Amino acid sequence: MSFKFALVGNPNCGKTTMFNEVTGSTQHVGNWPGVTVEKKEGKARRFKEDIRVIDLPGIYSLSPYSLEEIISRNYILEEKPDVVINIVDATNIERNLYLTTQLIELGIPVVVALNMMDALESRGDQIDIPRLEKQLGVPVIPTSANKAQGTKELIEKSLQVAQSAATGQLGESITIFDEQIKKSLDELLSFITPQCNQVYPPRFATVKLLEGDEIVIAKLQPNSAFMALITTTRGRLEQEYDNDMETIVADQRYQFISKVISKSVKKKLSVGGLTVSDKIDKILTHRILAIPLFLLVMYVVFTITFGFIGTFTIDYIDHLINVTLADAVTTLLHSAGAAEWLDSLIVGGIIAGLGSILVFVPQIMILFFFLAILEDSGYMSRAAFMMDRLLRKIGLSGKSFIPMIMGIGCSVPAIMATRTLENEKDRRLTIILTPFMSCGARLPVYALFAAAFFANAQSLVIFSLYILGMVVAILSGILLRKTLFKGEAEAFVMELPPYRIPTIKGLMIHMWDKGKGFIKKAGTVIFAASVIIWFGQTFDFSLHMVEEVSDSIFGSVGAFIAPFFAPLGFGDWRSSVALLTGFVAKEAVVATMGILNNLGEVGEGSVELMASLQTYFTPLKAYAFMTFTLLYMPCIAAFAAIKREMNSWKWTLFTVGYQTGTAWIVSFIVYQGGKLLGLG
Amino acid sequence: METTLNECRPGDKVVIVRVSGEGPVKRRLMDMGVTRGAEILVRKVAPMGDPIEVNIRGYELTFRKADAGNIIIQKLES
Ligand SMILES: Nc1nc2c(ncn2[C@@H]2O[C@H](COP(=O)(O)OP(=O)(O)O)[C@@H](O)[C@H]2O)c(=O)[nH]1
Repeated sequence: MSFKFALVGNPNCGKTTMFNEVTGSTQHVGNWPGVTVEKKEGKARRFKEDIRVIDLPGIYSLSPYSLEEIISRNYILEEKPDVVINIVDATNIERNLYLTTQLIELGIPVVVALNMMDALESRGDQIDIPRLEKQLGVPVIPTSANKAQGTKELIEKSLQVAQSAATGQLGESITIFDEQIKKSLDELLSFITPQCNQVYPPRFATVKLLEGDEIVIAKLQPNSAFMALITTTRGRLEQEYDNDMETIVADQRYQFISKVISKSVKKKLSVGGLTVSDKIDKILTHRILAIPLFLLVMYVVFTITFGFIGTFTIDYIDHLINVTLADAVTTLLHSAGAAEWLDSLIVGGIIAGLGSILVFVPQIMILFFFLAILEDSGYMSRAAFMMDRLLRKIGLSGKSFIPMIMGIGCSVPAIMATRTLENEKDRRLTIILTPFMSCGARLPVYALFAAAFFANAQSLVIFSLYILGMVVAILSGILLRKTLFKGEAEAFVMELPPYRIPTIKGLMIHMWDKGKGFIKKAGTVIFAASVIIWFGQTFDFSLHMVEEVSDSIFGSVGAFIAPFFAPLGFGDWRSSVALLTGFVAKEAVVATMGILNNLGEVGEGSVELMASLQTYFTPLKAYAFMTFTLLYMPCIAAFAAIKREMNSWKWTLFTVGYQTGTAWIVSFIVYQGGKLLGLG
Repeated sequence: METTLNECRPGDKVVIVRVSGEGPVKRRLMDMGVTRGAEILVRKVAPMGDPIEVNIRGYELTFRKADAGNIIIQKLES
C-alpha cells in the first residue's frame, strides 16, 4: 500500500531539516502547478511501505493571503494526503499551535511533531506530552530533527494513523471555540453538510463562510437563503463580541491555545536575565552600531566571495576546463579524425560556453554559503528589520531586502525569493528592480574592462558599478511607485527568529537548495545557448561556415543593430554582438569579445584582449559599456524566472523593456555627459 | 490607562485590549498572535526609528509604528 504524508509548519520550525532527515537523498524538486513555489517530494527511507513525503511551504496560518498559504491549503483540501504531519517548534509552541488549530479542521488526520525538543530541554522547560495529545486530540511525537531523534517514531506513528484512518477510525475531534460560537457553527453545519461534502470538510467550510473567506464562498456558492443566514449569524456574533468575525475566530483560537499551554507546558521560572540571543541582538541592532556593523558584514562577505578565494577558484577552474579539458578533447577529436566543424562545436562552442559559467559555480556557491549563514543565524531578518524604513521610501518593505541582496549573487534565486512577499504589487516591483543589483555573472565583464582601462582604480570602478545599480534601483522604485504601482505598500509584519549558531549540515542544505538552480542553468540553458552562439558565430545566413566572424549571422545582426548603440559610445558591431550573446548569459560577453577580436577563447584576464579593446574603446566608452551591461535585460535564465514569477507575458516584456530602456538612457547620460565634461 | 502601542517605549510591558483597523495587515497581526489578552514586552525601535520589535507569546515580532497605532493596550508596568 502506498501513502502520502504532507509536512506542514511555520517558517523556521525545522521543516527543511526534518524533510531531509526523513527522505534523505530520495527527494526531488518540482513546482506547484501554475506557480513557481517549489514543491519538494521524497520517499521516506528505511521503511518498507511506499511513503511519499511532500514538503509544503512554511506558513503561519491558512488564511488565504499569501500564495504559499493558498497552495498549502489547496493541497491538503484537494489532494487529500493520508496524514498531515504538523511540525511544531516546541520552543515557540504558542504561536506554532495556531496553525495546528486550523489544520485539525481540515478533515485529514494530523500528527504533531513537537520539534526542537533538545533546545526546549536545554532551556529547562517541560511539556507534558500525553496531556497535550489529549487536549489537541491528535498524536504528538517529540522530535529533534537536527539530531535525527524521534523521526522514526514520527513516521511509524503517522503510518499507524494512516492505516487506521483508512479503515475509518478517525481520532476524536475537539472543540476550539466557546459555547456560543460553537452553537452558531453547529447551526450552520446542518445546512452546509449536504452542499459541501465533496469540496470541503464541513467544519472548515462553516468557519470560513462565517469569516467571509472569498475563495471558499466562490467555490461553494451558497444559495441566497443560506448566505442570508450566514450574514445574520455573523452580524449577531460581531455585535455580541464587539469585533469583526475574523478577529473573533483568531481570538478564540489563541484563547484555546492559552488554555492548552497553561496545562501542558511548564516553563522554568525565568530569572529575568538576558539570554545569549538577547545580548547578541543588543549589539547587532544597536541604535548607532547597527548600520556600520551591517555594512561591515556585507563588506566582509563580498571581499571574501569576490576577492581572493573567488578569484582563485575561478582561475583554477578556468584552467581546468579551458586548457586541460579543451586540449584533451581536441587531441581526442583529432586522433579520431573528427570534422573541423565538430571540433569547433564541441571545443569552441560547448566546452567554452559551459566553462564560461562553470567557472562561477564555486563563487556563487561561496556567496550562497554566506547568505545561508546570514539567514540561518537569524541575521538576515534583522537586516530586513533595520532596512524597512529605507526601503519604504522607495515603496517597498524590509522583506524586499532579502531578494535584493541575493540579487548580488544571482538574479534567478533572488527573483524566486520574492515569493515571500504577500502583496502582488510589491512582488512585481521587487522583481523589476532586483536585476539592477549587479549579479555575479556581470563581474567578469567589469573585470576585463576595468583592467584594460582603469588599471589604477579597478576596485573603485567595479564598486562604483554596484553602487550605480543600487541607485538606479532606488530611483526606479520611486518612479514606478509614483506611476504604475500607485497605492499602499505591503505591510511589514515579520518574525525575528532567535539567533542560532548555524550547523554545517543546515548550511550545506540551504546553500545547495539555492545554488543548484544555478548549476541546473549551466546544464540546460547555457548548454543550449552555447550551441546557438557557436552557430551564430560560425555560419552565415546561407549556412556556410565563415572564416571571419564579421561575416557570420551574429556579425550581420550586430552590424545591423550597432547604430542603436552609437550614441552610447560603442557603436561597433563587435560590442553589439557581445551584448546580444550577453542575453544568453552575461558571462558570455567576455568570451564573445575574445572570439570577435580573433583571439579565440580567452578569459577576462587576457592581456591580448585588453590590448585589442584599447584600440577601439576609450575609458569613457568602456564605462558606458559596463553601465549598459549592468542594467540591460538580464540573462535568459533570469528572463525565464521573471516570466514564471510574474505569470504574465505583459509584465515580463515590460520588465525587460524597462530594464533595457533604462540601460540605454543611463549609458547615454554617462557617455554624452562624460563627453561634455571633456572626459571622452 | 488605555493607550496605543506606538505610544510605548522600549521596556514597557503591556496587555492588548483590542486590535482595531481592518484588512490583511490586521489579519496578519492576528495570525501572529497579536490578539486580545496577549502580553507584549516592547523590545526596541529599529535604528532608523521604525519599525518596532516586541516580544509576544514567547517570540520576537516586528511591525511598523503605524500598525502599532491600531493596537490598543493597557500598561502593566514600566
Ligand atoms: N536545536 C534544534 N535545532 C533545530 C532542530 N531542527 C532544526 N533546527 C535548526 O533550526 C533552524 C531552522 O531549521 P530549518 O530546517 O531550516 O527550518 P525551516 O525554515 O522550517 O525549513 C536550522 O538552523 C536548524 O539547524 C531541532 O530539532 N533542534
